[in-house]
Order: sequence, then structure tokens, then C-alpha cells
Amino acid sequence: MSSFIIPILILIIIFYGMYKKINIYEEFLSGAKEGLHLMYNIIPPILAMTFAINIFLKSNIINTTILILKPILSFIPIEVIPMAILRPISGTATLAVLSNIFSIYGPDSFVGRLASTIQGCTDTTIYVLALYFSSIKISKTRYALFVGLFADLMGIIASIIVVSLFF
Amino acid sequence: MVNIIWFILIAIGIIYSILTGNISLINDEIILSGKSAFNLIISMLEVTVLWMGLLKIAETSGLLNKFAKIISPILSKLFPDVPKNHESLDYISSNVAANMMGLGSAATPFGLKAMQSLQNININKKEASDAMITFLVLNTSGVTIIPTTVIALRLAYNSINPAEIIITSIIATIISSISGLTLDYLIRRHHR
Repeated sequence: MSSFIIPILILIIIFYGMYKKINIYEEFLSGAKEGLHLMYNIIPPILAMTFAINIFLKSNIINTTILILKPILSFIPIEVIPMAILRPISGTATLAVLSNIFSIYGPDSFVGRLASTIQGCTDTTIYVLALYFSSIKISKTRYALFVGLFADLMGIIASIIVVSLFF
Repeated sequence: MVNIIWFILIAIGIIYSILTGNISLINDEIILSGKSAFNLIISMLEVTVLWMGLLKIAETSGLLNKFAKIISPILSKLFPDVPKNHESLDYISSNVAANMMGLGSAATPFGLKAMQSLQNININKKEASDAMITFLVLNTSGVTIIPTTVIALRLAYNSINPAEIIITSIIATIISSISGLTLDYLIRRHHR
């Protein structure tokens, strides 16, 4: 079902463009050019963030952090704590944890369902924030990180409650 | 802020691995990091260029604007500082729509474009505007309706019902978004 979404969306875009009698090919090229320019601007931030995030992840400090946070985060099942910590930083790292959880506990276990819900309900807040703000050269982000992480935490708590009630 | 995050990630990473005697891992990472960033950039490049092209068609033909009109009553409540019919609202609505359908990679170009046009109406170009923060909260609290990646991964691990987590995800997402937006609203009102 979801495999239809993108192709149909593209069909609608080109049909509507033809219907409005615009040169869709020329428009596509001019947009693509803009996209290239946009990418050019975000290459340095992506490189910078990937570098910092990878060093952080490779240092293995996450495992120590989990031990420290375990008493504070005791309401979160221990298996999904790495996910909760990694989720705002790195999308690929969280996916790796998620597939690890699936392979150990199975996708239909409580932990599997909970991890799936957490993955589906939040985003890589720190990464997105860094990328979006540095693409327009904003250095003062004010309370953005605080509110973003608060929303993530609420999402995780909501996931635990909803999954416990639902299944 | 990004400045501090960047510093903390690198400083903690390197100092911690020196203390735990894992510095060789970090050495490898420093050398390989450019490569993994490059791979990410290449995979983002094709998606961004393609979707920016398609977005341009939708923009010129007026389709984007038509779509934005449908959700603009909600958006104008969330972004009181953005002038009505401003182009940034079109991009924001495209970003939200792409996120809703779980098309994260397609959502990013729209999001970047939205930030760019919000920057055009930003007074202090060094500082994030209220609208930018609201948009980021809306974006990162994840308004996903169909979490495609998760469903695909569950399917790969032989889940009996891969899509059963859609409803729990939607409920959790809504709670996360509403609490984020509420806090954002309270802070904004407090600042005035």
C-alpha cells in the first residue's frame, strides 16, 4: 500500500503541471539546480555532525551512561534505554539497536513493540536541529533543544503507557 | 547551541576513550568518519535534488499552494508571526505531509527550504525565530502516520503483524507533538 504513495504523488505532480500548461521539465531542472545548491550548503554541517556523533558513539560511553541513568529511568524497560538515548542523536544507530532488539526478543514481544513505537513516534532531534540551523547559519538556537528533547521524552513515556495498555 | 553540542560530543568521546584505553577505536573513526559522512551526503544528494525538482513543478503549477491552503488554518494558529500566504507555510505543510507518510528523506529538502524562507523574514539573522523553533518541534516530534522503515524492519524479522504498531505510534506521536507544542507555546507567551 505504502509503495503506491510516492509514484502516485509524482503522477499527480506532473499531471497537474501539464494541466496548468507549465514546462514541467524546465521547472524540474531549475528546482534540481536549487537542490544542488542547497546540498552544497549542508555538506559541511553533515560532515561536522557525522564526525562528532561517530566519535561519541565509538567511545562506548553510551553503555556507561545507561548504568548511571538506570535508576533515574527505571520506568523505562532496560532493553530500550539505549534506544531512548540514541534516538535524538542518530537515526542509523537507533535502527541498529532496533534490529538488535528484534533479533533477540522478536518484533512481536513487548520490548519489540515498544521499541517499534518509540522509533515511529520520535525523530533525530539533535541531528535535525544542528542540520537545519547550520544550513541557514543560525548560532543562537534559544530554547529549541530543550523543547525538542522534552517532546521526545514525552513520546517515549507515552509509548510505554500506550503499548502496555494496547497489547 | 549547536556549537556546544558539537563540542560536548567530541570532547566526551575522545576523553572517555582515552580514560578507558579505547583510543585506537577513535583513531579509526577519525579516519573513516569522512567516508561515512560522504556516503550519507551522496544518498541525500540524489533524494534532495530529485525532490527539489518535483517540488518546483508542484510550486509553479500552484499544487503546493493548493495543498497548503487545506492545512493553513491549523498552521496559521501554530505560526502567528508568519504572514498569511507566506511561501514558508507551503514548505512547512509539504514537510509535514511527507513526514506523515513516513517519507523522511523526502521531508528533509522541504524542511530545509522552509527554514530558508523563515530566515528571510527573521529579524535577527543569527538567532532562531519563534516560528523556526515551533517548526523544529513540529518536525522532530515526528508526525509520522505510516512509519515505513519500522514496518519494513518488522517484516524482515518475521513479525506476525508488522503494521500493528501503527496505532500505538500515532497515539504516541500525537502526545509527543502536543506536549512539545504546548511547552513551546508556554515559553513563547512567557517571553513576551
